[in-house]
Amino acid sequence: MFLKMLTRAIQETAQRLLQDKEVDLVVGFAEGSLPLRNTPCFIRQPEDVQSLVWGYGCENNLAVFLRRRPEKLAVVAKGCDSRAIVELIKQNQIDREKLVIIGVPCQGMIDRNKVNRLLAGRELLSAQVNDGQVQLKGKDFLETAPLEQLLHNSCLTCTHPNPALYDILLGEPVPEKGIGLELSNEADYDAKSPAEKQAYLQNELSRCVRCYACRQSCPMCFCEECFVDCSAPEWLSKSSLNVKDNVFFQTVRAYHLAGRCVDCGACDRACPMGIDLRTLTHRMAKDVQEVFGYTAGVSLEEKPPLAAPISLT
Amino acid sequence: MLLKKDQVTNWLNKLMQTYQVFAPEKEDNSFYFRQISSGDQAILDYNNSSIPPKEVFFPRSEKLFCYRTEKGGVQLTEQIGEEKKVVFGIRPCDAKSFLLLDKVFNGDQYVDPYYLNKRNNTALVGLGCNQPAAACFCASLGGGPFSQEGLDILLTDIGDQYLVEVITERGRELLSGMDLPVAGQEAQAAARSVKEDAALASAVDLGGLKYRLDVNFEDPIWNEIAEKCLGCAACTYSCPTCHCFDIVDEVAGKEGCRVRNWDACMFPQFTLHGSGHNPRPTGKERLRQRVMHKFKYFVDNYGATACVGCGRCIANCPVNLDIRQVIEQIGQAGGVQQ
Repeated sequence: MFLKMLTRAIQETAQRLLQDKEVDLVVGFAEGSLPLRNTPCFIRQPEDVQSLVWGYGCENNLAVFLRRRPEKLAVVAKGCDSRAIVELIKQNQIDREKLVIIGVPCQGMIDRNKVNRLLAGRELLSAQVNDGQVQLKGKDFLETAPLEQLLHNSCLTCTHPNPALYDILLGEPVPEKGIGLELSNEADYDAKSPAEKQAYLQNELSRCVRCYACRQSCPMCFCEECFVDCSAPEWLSKSSLNVKDNVFFQTVRAYHLAGRCVDCGACDRACPMGIDLRTLTHRMAKDVQEVFGYTAGVSLEEKPPLAAPISLT
Repeated sequence: MLLKKDQVTNWLNKLMQTYQVFAPEKEDNSFYFRQISSGDQAILDYNNSSIPPKEVFFPRSEKLFCYRTEKGGVQLTEQIGEEKKVVFGIRPCDAKSFLLLDKVFNGDQYVDPYYLNKRNNTALVGLGCNQPAAACFCASLGGGPFSQEGLDILLTDIGDQYLVEVITERGRELLSGMDLPVAGQEAQAAARSVKEDAALASAVDLGGLKYRLDVNFEDPIWNEIAEKCLGCAACTYSCPTCHCFDIVDEVAGKEGCRVRNWDACMFPQFTLHGSGHNPRPTGKERLRQRVMHKFKYFVDNYGATACVGCGRCIANCPVNLDIRQVIEQIGQAGGVQQ
């Protein structure tokens, strides 16, 4: 099975890089502690590479761990991780000379929220993916669902599943679905009036507890001091009494990421409250494409919007 | 006693005549303890709420008092409510968390009227866990899927009805006028079998943990544990025992309110000094603080562990940083044994 082959290839590559002292550290994914879950892992010894795996729960954008690192390191990068890396190199957050990118074509990652919705309150205790089918097991049930139905929306609309930048490419490139893919709710959202859009966002963000998991999981959120943390001046209240402040926070975050956001969905996946953040980020990435003709993270050479003459092709 | 499931709505509607009732409400795919206005809003077919019911006593943001400057002085308005409340359908782990929070907010040295007033006016109706979640480990912390600790009533789901166990006098009051039938032997047996069947998928070994934490503050294991932590508050804000807060004045013109907000030791600002110095400068010190507070400092201060094994921090962590594994890692580190 291709996941096992990729796992082995990642382990062998990591082992070689560490043994040859090409890098001091490999950042990748290990098995997680919950069904359908992988977890970021940091490997420094060649004998520890067995911890590295590839699966359907490698949902984090590992570029978040690569900013301003002192050591030489390698990273296991799927399409969206690689695009974030490209932008971070352009923003002088990553030293290209110190980074080895182990590119992995991405088959898409499973959305645990979709799994939970499908199971409707029943608790998932183990899961397996075989031939495009996901087997979900619990105490008194065994449910099977097509993989496609359970992938993250950001994976279903992903335009670059294959790494945009890599030093080593493992496995076979996966077919690309083309650009301009729409979210399932996008037409609905676009058809809303400004007041309705605001109402939608207010309703979603009424659940926000300001844990900032969205900001912390985002490779592009690297301000020394985030505007929400400023106390003089206090740009917005620290409480969540006023939902409008939550909307303000997310709106400014989205705007601030315009031209850098690679629409990987890491913020949306990180949110413990299941808030739809991707309607904003996806819209923003599309607007940047339409207005500036710029797609974030696909080319090291192309200058970011406003740093170069606008080219609309 | 026995309560048919189709009687629950009636019971809740009846309770609402006397009490504010907070019950699990479904929004999108998640559950939240919110004040309901009709019995049928409560959804009891749930695993656990996204945010713990500590919100009822210790809200995410709470106005302590409001003020307005006027000619000749300041007018203050206290924000302490006196309403009687019922939290309905809470899990035994969350009920236990209140006993821990009580130690902080109703301690020898400090009594918090905002928390305590709500707490004292509130009855707790628990719902046992027929199917503990994959991240649950309550039994390792002295609790259990059907533990009665801290509850006034415990409900056990036995199919089309609940076995109702009255634990306190306050619980008995909640049932006044309900005239429920006594549970027969068959129902008792059904409840016993449900309880025996409710196996926890995981456990942690706390043996020796406190001692290790006493001595391994400087252990290099903390670098390893904290490496993947993103520094968000998904764990602390979903934790039923985390209770750190920050107080700010929200002022506009001549009026304002003093507001208490949840705070999180995972944020750099948590201990940032005015001078710019930060005694917990990196994620390592901050994550260590969270673990130390739960499994060492709280034990030192109150003789109890500040974790109930609800598993929310595990389920909600964006990078699957699992407290059960952290406990295991600390256990393996250092080579110090009691």
